Parts: sequence; C-alpha cells; structure tokens
Amino acid sequence: MPSESASLSSILSSDFEKILASWLKAQAREGVKRTDLVSAKETEKQSRDFLIAFGRATRDAPTDDKFDFANPSWDPVREALEEITESRTQRGVSPTEMGWFIASIKLPLFEQMRVAFAENNARLLENVWNTTRVVDQLALHAVESLVQKREAIIERQRAEMTEVSAPVVKIWDRIVTVPLIGTLDSFRAQTVMENLLDAIVQWEAEIAIIDITGVSTVDTLVAQHLLKTAAAVKLMGAECVICGISPKIAQTIVNLGVDLPNVTTRIDLQSGLAYAFERLGVTTKG
Amino acid sequence: MSTSGSSPIVTIMGCVIVAIRDDLDDREVLMLQDQLVEEVARVKARGVIIDIASLEIVDTFAGRMLGSMAQMAHMMNARTIVVGMRPAVAMTLVELGMTLDGVETALNADRAMSLILGRRIKPS
Repeated sequence: MPSESASLSSILSSDFEKILASWLKAQAREGVKRTDLVSAKETEKQSRDFLIAFGRATRDAPTDDKFDFANPSWDPVREALEEITESRTQRGVSPTEMGWFIASIKLPLFEQMRVAFAENNARLLENVWNTTRVVDQLALHAVESLVQKREAIIERQRAEMTEVSAPVVKIWDRIVTVPLIGTLDSFRAQTVMENLLDAIVQWEAEIAIIDITGVSTVDTLVAQHLLKTAAAVKLMGAECVICGISPKIAQTIVNLGVDLPNVTTRIDLQSGLAYAFERLGVTTKG
Repeated sequence: MSTSGSSPIVTIMGCVIVAIRDDLDDREVLMLQDQLVEEVARVKARGVIIDIASLEIVDTFAGRMLGSMAQMAHMMNARTIVVGMRPAVAMTLVELGMTLDGVETALNADRAMSLILGRRIKPS
C-alpha cells in the first residue's frame, strides 16, 4: 500500500463522520445542496454512500501519481456517482451544481490534512495535490455522466417527436396527405419523405397532398426539401400537391428566388383536396 | 413474345410490358433495350411499361437507360411508363439529382395500362 494514499484513506476512515458533516456544510455553502430539488435526507445518504465507496477505493488503489481512474478498485465509486447523477438528472440539476457537489469535498479533506500534517509542509502539499487530482477527476466524471444522461434524454425525446411529427393519413381513395407542423429540418424532411412514399405504396395513392400550413418558416432549405419530396413522389408514379401556401409564404418563396417548377401548389387544404378530386374525377354532392 | 435472359417481354393490348430483373449487368441491359425496341416496332405498340419493382438500386447507368428507352419509344409513337419504383430507389434518385425527366411514372402496371389505354379508373 503506497504511503501517500495511506494518508488520504486513513483520514477518510478515522475522521469519516467529521468529514461527512463538514462536506454537507460545504455543499450548502457553495449553494449546490438543492433542497428544492433533492431532500436533505437523500443528499446525506448519497454523500455517505459516495464517501464510503471513496474511502474503500483510496484504501485499495493508489492516489499518488500512479492514480488511475480506470483501476477496477474505483468501480464502486463510479457506480455511486452514476446513481447520484441518475437521480439528479431527472430533477434538473445543472452540470455546475453537479461538479461542485463533488468538488466541495476538497475543503473538509484539506482541513483534516492540515491537522494531520501540521509539522510537515512538504507532505501536506503533496497530499493536497494528489487529493485535488483525484477529486477533480471524480468531479469531471460526474459532470460527464450528467451530460451524457441528459443527451440520452434529448435523443429519446427527439425520436418520439419524429415519430409523431409526420403522420400520413389516407383521406380519400387514392389520396394521402401529410400535415407538417413546426420546423422542417433535414432529418424530419427525410422522415416525412420516407413515410409519404411508403404510404403511397401501401394505399396505392395517386395524389399526395403536403399541407405546410403549420410550417413556421419557409427558407431555401425547406423549399429544397419540398422539391425533393415532390420529385420522389413523381418518380413513384403519383402527383404531389403542396397546400397551405399563405400570402406570407408565397412572398417569402418568391423573394428568396426559389422556383417551384412542376409542383402544384394551392392556398389551403380545401383547394388542394378539390384539385385532387378533379384530377381523379371524384364528384361530391353539395 | 421474346425473352432476354429471363426478363420476359409480353405484349397485351398494344402495350409492351417488361419486368426488369435485379441482377442484370450493363451488357444485358443494352440487350434488353435492343429487344424492347424491336418488339415495339414489331407490334406497333402504343405504350411500353417497364416494371422496376425488383430493382433495389437504380444507378446513373440504369437511369440513363430508362431515359433513352423512353426517347426511342417516343420516336416510334409509343408512350413509356416506368412502374413499381420502390420508395428507397425514388429517394436515392432524388438525392442523386436524377428526376428522370421525360419518363412517365405510375404506381403499378395496372395504372399504367389504364393511362396508355386512356381510361380513367373509376373511384370506388
């Protein structure tokens, strides 16, 4: 057992309760003890679990310049961190708060070291540096894990959004329509195209109506996506009608210099449907 | 009726119909094109229907071949309609910027027949 790590681990084991209490105080002082998000009891339990795992790891693995976070002895610490970040991500704790939560443990540790190495400045400095390295590494890991968990949530929500954002419906025999709402980025445009083409095959549609009433902005990119979709629809042997061209959108399109050649456009879904009926020879009463 | 490899060319009511196999190489494609125009001339066809439902990939060569076939048929007063294109193929062609201008498309051979024979399908 390396002597340098012995000091960190011995401090952690001999003054455990003192350090825990001091750490909880430090957390409150740094404003990271979010009593509104995490209850005091839970914070104490998480801090205690983490500190126990931390103490064990410093006993079993070196914390001096041979410190390696990949060492299996640190696995329990990592697990404890994962657990803490998991519960905090769901409650909206920020990365800074998460980082400070771990980093604030330095102060109680340094205080105990000052007492333990009062007569030896060189060893004190060495221990402070080693502890800083280890704790910083842990804090970074916590922040990283928090960010990763957030990204996972964002990714999941995006997938859910895409699923519900392009519903292709068959509104009449041989007519399918897709109402678009919100912004149309490349990813969504691709999904819309895929869904629309599949629907054309599935329902043997001859006319595909794209309703862009709900699309907030039409720029060159969106126009390009619409053109591509129209071209693909035509290749499938169907005809594409773009509806919901409001006066504002018509102005934007013309001012942008975008040309919509060979694409039928109509002012709203009603006139688009009327056009489709006319093309298919459908007559309605009244 | 003539065959190219195993892509059979059939003529129904003045429409020359061919379903392209997916494993044709460039030489076989040209051969097929040859036989197709021969058949169009022989039966004085009103239309040509090319079914590409089995094609998973349509590259620039195949795309150009479809275009030139349509042009040749047009010169012999026949209307060419490509049918059965898969959604994935359509998306790839659009991404490549090949919109097959000058080639008519329809969802399936049935619709293409109605188009060539000038019949509207009555809505159900």
